[in-house]
Amino acid sequence: MTIWTEGLDFQALGERIRHSQAQELELEGVLGQRYIGAGLRDKRLRIRGVPGNALGAYMDGAQLRVEGNAQDAVGDTMNDGEIVVEGSCGDALGYAMRGGSIFVRGDVGYRCGIHMKAYREKQPRIVIGGRAGSFLGEYQAGGRILVLGLGLEEEQPPVGAFPAMGQHGGAIFLRCRRPPQDLPAQVTAKPADGEELRWLQGDLRDFCQRFGLDPEPLLADEYWCLRPNTENPYQRLYTPY
Amino acid sequence: MMREGQVHIPAGCAISGIISHDGSDIGGEDIVRSIAVMHDRSNGLGGGFAGYGIYPQYKEYYALHLFYDDERAKSACEAFIQAHFDVVNLSRIPTRKHKRIQNEPLLWRYFVQPLPTKLQESQLDEREFVARCVFRVNTDIPGAYVFSSGKNMGVFKAAGYPEDVGEFFRLEEYRGYLWTAHGRYPTNTPGWWGGAHPFALLDYSIVHNGEISSYDANRRFLEMFGYACTLLTDTEVITYLFDFLVRRQGLTLQEAAQVAAAPFWSQIERMEPAERERLTYLRNMFASLLITGPFSILLGFEGGMMALNDRLKLRSMVIARGSKRSYVASEECAIRVLDRETPVFSPEGGQPVILYAKRKEA
Repeated sequence: MTIWTEGLDFQALGERIRHSQAQELELEGVLGQRYIGAGLRDKRLRIRGVPGNALGAYMDGAQLRVEGNAQDAVGDTMNDGEIVVEGSCGDALGYAMRGGSIFVRGDVGYRCGIHMKAYREKQPRIVIGGRAGSFLGEYQAGGRILVLGLGLEEEQPPVGAFPAMGQHGGAIFLRCRRPPQDLPAQVTAKPADGEELRWLQGDLRDFCQRFGLDPEPLLADEYWCLRPNTENPYQRLYTPY
Repeated sequence: MMREGQVHIPAGCAISGIISHDGSDIGGEDIVRSIAVMHDRSNGLGGGFAGYGIYPQYKEYYALHLFYDDERAKSACEAFIQAHFDVVNLSRIPTRKHKRIQNEPLLWRYFVQPLPTKLQESQLDEREFVARCVFRVNTDIPGAYVFSSGKNMGVFKAAGYPEDVGEFFRLEEYRGYLWTAHGRYPTNTPGWWGGAHPFALLDYSIVHNGEISSYDANRRFLEMFGYACTLLTDTEVITYLFDFLVRRQGLTLQEAAQVAAAPFWSQIERMEPAERERLTYLRNMFASLLITGPFSILLGFEGGMMALNDRLKLRSMVIARGSKRSYVASEECAIRVLDRETPVFSPEGGQPVILYAKRKEA
């Protein structure tokens, strides 16, 4: 079923989505309406236009696909489900995310994955096809972030300044030859290994499947994994991961 | 009502700008459509616009836009204006009745040139003379407030949602090469006409989303140079900061941006020696003009605009650079309503993006 969104404010659009009997919805002409898919458990939405901030906030099982760019705070505090963005996203994607998956074909802005967390079976993951801005994974407490840097120069790390600031749990994977030079003291960068490789391969295959890409050449590349230093007591204190 | 300093309002804002690169004029209705899309970022307590190139028939004259509380303030201010300026035209600023724009002050506009004798007597250059007269009115004449004082540009602002403010001021009747806009969600100070953005002095205007924590440090420094902050809002001080650095100190816009949103010392340490020295000099020389706290701003000036984020990029901003027109906005949707094609990008925190209208590039 198609919902023509022109002239609908966020509240009216949210009601249409929630009260629709259809499980599959197409939203046409979206222009800045916030909170699309917020708290949604069970529908599949295909979104054309520019969805507003907090797309999929608190989402709890729904599946969203955006045929273009999204704005700030995609998947804020998302609990379950999947968000796929064919374009790029703004700042604070996956803010305090606690479950589910976000796949972005293009770039993301600052503070992607800030305050992301995990608990037992709730293991959120974010895969970025392009480049991530500064403060990637700030205060990350759990879950996984993978940044591929597709289309970038090989020597260039696919992240801006200060990645993993305050990270105390979870893992960040970067496809690059050399790790970033401005890592905080409590974080270590090592080539992905063991269980990390298994996570990475699974996430990478899922990402490629969403966008019709061939995972094999990417699987053969080098990946650096940023994790809190296990000597650091804070990780054990807060996140028995 | 209670004004700045008497009441604290806990709280987003929206900014938008359009500039023409091909010499074509942009109608005021375009900027209104852009800012209207971000309605939810404002709360109806302030909206405003700055238009550049809108007064071609009076482009040699300073356009003073005034708010008056009452006729008494108007008489006092007009006496002051007559004593210091040659007034070639004066009129009410055209408005239309609007059900959501109320309690309007008296709105007047004057096209002026400093009186040659007064200017000579003052031993100031012309722009400094005008700036000082603006401060005189705003501090010394109760109930009178100059909210726009540049040449061939004008600010239009009010308490209300920006799209309503645009209708109220009949912006569709103006055309210019550059427009900026603001939708306000006041933090800390009450929403009233004077407190709305843009804040302007001469041809510099600022629209700002954010809340700076260095207000007092910046204000104390600028007050030493004669800038009177009359509104207790952070945006006012940013306007004066750029006026001071660019007009009075002769810094380039790029340098002024590197003062306001200076790189971190840890980043400066890793730079090449010459660049390290230059940035160290700027940080030391103008330490009190570092702006801390979240901001995204658009600085309008004659011939162009500069977009700048705080160095931590705590507020959103996207830019679409086209060959005919370029756009800057808090959200992509505010650009897409006018232009569906031109790709957007986000500048890094502290990296200014300076866009010139055709006139300057030519």
